[in-house]
Amino acid sequence: MLPLSPEEITAILLSLKVASVATLGSLPVAILVAWLLARGRFPGKLALDTLVHLPLVMPPVVTGYLLLLLFGRKGLLGGFLAEHLGIVFAFRWTGAALACAVMGFPLMVRAIRLSLEAVDAKLEEAAGTLGAAPVFVFLTVTLPLMLPGILVGIVLGFARAFGEFGATITFVSNIPGETQTLPTAIYAFTQVPGGDAQALRLTAISVAIAAAALIASELLARRIAKRAQA
Amino acid sequence: MSLAVDIHHRLGGFTLQAQFKCQPGITALFGRSGTGKTTLINLIAGLLRPQQGRISIDGRVLVDTEQRVFVAPHRRRIGYVFQEARLFPHLNVRHNLLYGRFFARHRADRIAFDHVVDLLGIAPLLPRRPANLSGGEKQRVAIGRALLSRPDLLLMDEPLASLDAARKEEILPYLEKLRDEWRLPIVYVSHAIPEVTRLADSVVLLSDGKVQAVGSVAELSGRLDLFPLTGRYEAGAVLDAQVARHDEAYGLTVLHCAAGEILVPRQPRAIGERLRVRIRARDVTLSLERPQQSSALNIFPGTIAEMAGDGGPQVEIRLDCNGAILLARITRLSVERLGLRPGLAVHAQIKSVALDGGSLGSARQR
Repeated sequence: MLPLSPEEITAILLSLKVASVATLGSLPVAILVAWLLARGRFPGKLALDTLVHLPLVMPPVVTGYLLLLLFGRKGLLGGFLAEHLGIVFAFRWTGAALACAVMGFPLMVRAIRLSLEAVDAKLEEAAGTLGAAPVFVFLTVTLPLMLPGILVGIVLGFARAFGEFGATITFVSNIPGETQTLPTAIYAFTQVPGGDAQALRLTAISVAIAAAALIASELLARRIAKRAQA
Repeated sequence: MSLAVDIHHRLGGFTLQAQFKCQPGITALFGRSGTGKTTLINLIAGLLRPQQGRISIDGRVLVDTEQRVFVAPHRRRIGYVFQEARLFPHLNVRHNLLYGRFFARHRADRIAFDHVVDLLGIAPLLPRRPANLSGGEKQRVAIGRALLSRPDLLLMDEPLASLDAARKEEILPYLEKLRDEWRLPIVYVSHAIPEVTRLADSVVLLSDGKVQAVGSVAELSGRLDLFPLTGRYEAGAVLDAQVARHDEAYGLTVLHCAAGEILVPRQPRAIGERLRVRIRARDVTLSLERPQQSSALNIFPGTIAEMAGDGGPQVEIRLDCNGAILLARITRLSVERLGLRPGLAVHAQIKSVALDGGSLGSARQR
């Protein structure tokens, strides 16, 4: 295989950065939402459930466009954030991360919620009778027992973020060095004459990274399962 | 310590209505399955909120629906040993034990870790994971974990129910030690008469969600009217006795009680040790004259104090043997043939082999 061009390396690194930030940034929120959906009893639970899952079923371009309307420079939230906090999403890599986070969110929440529902509430009761306050019970009993599900959620979220295309390109366009991730770079190469070789190379790298993530998560899950039995 | 419970709680079509006070020592919540025993201790632990009522320990209110007081379970200082142990699967035995201790770390009267580990004989288990423990081992760890959280009161929900007879025998002595050495008040839920007889100082008898009787084991076990609630098969009187001597030649142990001497198969007990002997009503036979040539070793003279029968083939009889209460269940046919009636002097016979280790429990030593 030919050595990678600087442009390609930039796209790969940016993709990794965007996917990592999107995954880790949305993880605490995903855990909170999963907890609310699994254990919470409040009005509007169905609405929250629907909202969380919408990106899974809507066309990605719709999600991207809605993000543009909300977080664009003149958007409802975008203007406020830029003015008061100096956070800009539009046409920045942070916007790509936001788009990826939103798209990966339902998958993360689903996996974490399933693992949370599998945690025996009786163990949490037992922890309570031993003197642990609810927050502490969550941190020392619930969270460790959810760990396999959280890992699966991270991998699914990361894979989804890494492959995100539609919402990203709609929201933050395809600017090399700023918002051009691996998928948008591949798309760009397929649009120019003679870009086939580069597109193919990036495709192979994309496959390799995705496979590596899956294998890593499988190995981790096995180690956790082994530890639980040991 | 005194626990006062007065609650009214409805769960579907079931209503639990309980009012009682517990004194120090082991209080058994006794009743058949489905009579609300577990609901009741879940209310005490705070895992359930009563619809109406009040629960307090030594005047410290845990819940009072009128005053809108509800103390969260983790602030109640009530230990709970569940039927299924509920050990944390992701922690080893040592960390399971230390879990509750961490929250009691500021208390002056904390318990030495090694002491509990020794008491329960769990030192070899410390590095292991709960998944690799037997049922009896899990239950011992669960008891240790609850003890180390330094509770003011310990709740035990049929901790032996899921264990076979051998494992039960493995744990019962630890519970007796707990009762005698630690003076920790315990509410012990059970539907097994042998356990209750061995362990309990007092009994709260539950039936259909209502408290039917409260009293000492000896008091309640001697009441014929409670037979239908306690179960006829296991029903019997409980006598306080003391080990007098061992007869090594015949492999017997001689006990002293108010009724006289009781001979039982050789028991690994010290001379002078106080025991409770449960004599099942079905193991007692009656005769009008002192039997001269009988294989039964235990013969007590007494008088018939009370007779109860529902017209069925069996009659329950309460005997007064020199102040000790003995219960006998015999056929209505025998009652008529012998002309038994209250006030009549009779002799009660009990086969020694009917009294095994399961009939004997350590009484609180004085």
